[in-house]
Amino acid sequence: MRWVLRVGVVLAVLAAGLGWVLTRPASLPDTFAAGHVPDPDNGALIFHAGGCASCHTAPEAETDSAALPILAGGLPFVTEFGTFYAPNISPDLDQGIGEWSAQGFARAVTLGVSPQGQHYYPAFPYAAYQRATPGDVIDLFAYIQTLPPSEVENRPHDVGFPFNIRRGLGLWKRLFVAEDFVVATDNPVVQRGRYLAEGLAHCAECHTSRNALGGLDRTGWMAGAPNPSGKGTIPNITPAALEWSEADLIAYFTSGFTPDYDSAGGEMAEVVENLSQLPEADRAAIAAYVKALPAIP
Amino acid sequence: MRLSSLAMTTLGVTAVTVAAFAASHANPALEGAVKARNAQMGMISYHTGLLGSMAKGETPYDAATATAAAENLAAAASMNRAVLWIAGTEQGAVAGSRAKAEIWSDAAGFEEKAIGLETAAAAMVEAAGTDLEALRGAMKGVGDACGACHKPYRGPQN
Ligand code: HEC
Ligand code: HEC
Ligand code: HEC
Repeated sequence: MRWVLRVGVVLAVLAAGLGWVLTRPASLPDTFAAGHVPDPDNGALIFHAGGCASCHTAPEAETDSAALPILAGGLPFVTEFGTFYAPNISPDLDQGIGEWSAQGFARAVTLGVSPQGQHYYPAFPYAAYQRATPGDVIDLFAYIQTLPPSEVENRPHDVGFPFNIRRGLGLWKRLFVAEDFVVATDNPVVQRGRYLAEGLAHCAECHTSRNALGGLDRTGWMAGAPNPSGKGTIPNITPAALEWSEADLIAYFTSGFTPDYDSAGGEMAEVVENLSQLPEADRAAIAAYVKALPAIP
Repeated sequence: MRLSSLAMTTLGVTAVTVAAFAASHANPALEGAVKARNAQMGMISYHTGLLGSMAKGETPYDAATATAAAENLAAAASMNRAVLWIAGTEQGAVAGSRAKAEIWSDAAGFEEKAIGLETAAAAMVEAAGTDLEALRGAMKGVGDACGACHKPYRGPQN
């Protein structure tokens, strides 16, 4: 999370210099998801693909995949210049997002802008989620509304000046939030995998390194990155480094077992927990996408 | 699945004694512990693999082989942890270690996950010789037990 520091400094300065206009929070068109009938069952799958529970359930919550997740928030994201806390996104009317409109939710998840028109920090991976279709986002909202409410109050981020100036993030978004997909493909299965992997499942947020300003390095797409915790690395999953078959990948996304029966650890264990709740066809599509990644050593 | 407080205390005292001993002898003892517990994990992994490939249908089911693998898995999973998980051997402190400091700061939680694998392995001993369906059913418990511990207590690749 070192990059956030640099982002903060540079953006605060740039924002002041380049002015208000470039940092203006975006809005969604009124036609967003027009005519779509919300489907909470599909929303549940989108929720698992997006890994929302990994960040938004309380840190001390027992991980029991049978129980409905309580999105009370509170998980700390420690950086060198301060600590962010994941907010309560349960449907509680006061403390959660129970009063939010579907449009307001969609603006938050796909544009990283709050109902009050403020930019969110990219610790919330909207730079990936913006690739989700309007229908999927609306379904996700419908599903979250069915989850148990929590009255836990949001913990304010513990972030000092100048990093607390959200307006500056508008510029970061202009520089680094790109709508287009990274990997080109005509294969419909790989396209489905790409939709999930580059979008909701935000694989690149961990598996791709960042430039000095915290933007993802598209030339090193999925080629591994230093671990934000400061210890060790997140592995390169392009064919240059990973020789697993498609079946090996599907097994890993289902059970967490590698081909030589090691078992996924760290954040990836949570990703596996989420992926294991998707239909087999979606895990297969993500596997096909991983196999189709350009090899980068 | 809680350890009795007496057991916890004994474990704690043993760990402290062993740690003090290890610290006075500097790195070789600590490195030895890291090697040894990774070898233990290797044993766990090998036998899980034998069972897993039968579950997946890659190798034909054989009750005797499955039972042997399950018994070894259970034995490896229940090795005394006091001499393997020595304080001061976390990732960063000893080369090759991927053990998170939480193993020691949250010793009760780590113990619970370790017992989780012992329990899943014991269920596998029961199931492995019964038939392939039973083996498949017990496989999920084993896999979940690995992930449940690796997620909080094992650090990223060095
Ligand atoms: C990697 C961690 C992470 C993941 C995964 C994540 N979020 Fe968040 N989310 C955050 C953080 C951190 C914030 C606070 C951002 C800020 O204050 O600028 C946040 C903020 C939000 C907010 C705004 C809440 C408010 O009160 O303003 C919503 C809504 C939200 N997330 C929904 C989701 C949904 C839906 C998903 C899954 C599709 C998700 N998040 C996945 C970390 C995460
Ligand atoms: C929150 C961070 C995070 C996200 C998101 C994430 N990964 Fe991972 N991934 C990791 C870490 C950390 C490891 C190393 C796991 C370990 O140490 O056992 C890993 C390991 C892997 C491996 C095994 C590589 C090897 O050489 O052992 C594969 C394959 C993989 N991830 C694919 C994916 C895919 C596909 C996605 C998106 C669907 C994804 N990951 C999303 C952090 C993440
Ligand atoms: C009680 C916690 C715990 C359980 C349960 C557990 N592991 Fe581990 N495992 C660890 C830790 C911690 C490490 C890293 C140790 C180190 O580097 O010092 C590790 C390392 C490993 C390694 C790497 C060994 C090496 O030579 O580098 C493998 C393989 C492995 N585990 C497989 C498994 C499998 C398979 C299971 C389930 C059948 C499992 N583990 C269950 C905690 C656990």
